[in-house]
Amino acid sequence: MNKLEIIDQLKTVVKPYIKNQEAFDNLSETTDFINDLKINSANLVDVILDIEEVFDIVIDNASMEKMLDVKSTLAIIETKLAEK
Amino acid sequence: MKETDLILSKLPYQKPFLFVDELLQIDEDGVTGTFTFDEKLEFYTGHFKDNPITPGVILIETMAQIGLVCLGIYLTFDENFSKIAFSSSEVEFLKPVYPNEKVTVISEKVYFRFGKLKCKVRMLNSQNEEVCNGTLSGIIIK
Repeated sequence: MNKLEIIDQLKTVVKPYIKNQEAFDNLSETTDFINDLKINSANLVDVILDIEEVFDIVIDNASMEKMLDVKSTLAIIETKLAEK
Repeated sequence: MKETDLILSKLPYQKPFLFVDELLQIDEDGVTGTFTFDEKLEFYTGHFKDNPITPGVILIETMAQIGLVCLGIYLTFDENFSKIAFSSSEVEFLKPVYPNEKVTVISEKVYFRFGKLKCKVRMLNSQNEEVCNGTLSGIIIK
């Protein structure tokens, strides 16, 4: 799976939780889940669990704490996919 | 001290905002507990005028105290954390609950990950009829 495909899947995962449509439409690697997409921080847990399911990977606590924006989330997904 | 009594003793509530009387069963996957709505509870004077019915928000609070907080205390028994917070609820109400009714709350864990506990919770009246159900979540703030 290349980076664009991962971003595409990631967009599908976060879509139900976003509160800022404009930021979502303009999503880039620098997009922050809480500050830009206005995702409720408690719902970030659901985003992470959905990522686990969609990509069939397991996210540990340390990784989860870093997954606050698209860039770091992509990096973790790519790492976990490579470990499979 | 019984395990369930120990959990009740750790609840961060007191009257008039304690909505747990007894825990019937608790394990990793869920909890069942009861509460009887004393007719003397203050909100009955206002909800509604001359027509006391337990407010929906109080039913949600009761489901949260038994279904989320008691289970959360059980799941984190040896951990130290300073605060808990109710983070979301989606609840349907099916039947009214009148003063002096005893309700049973049955909560099934959906997941407990990254400090967030999400449960599917049902409340039954003494005739075993479902009075409300929904999905509730709470988080631990470290």
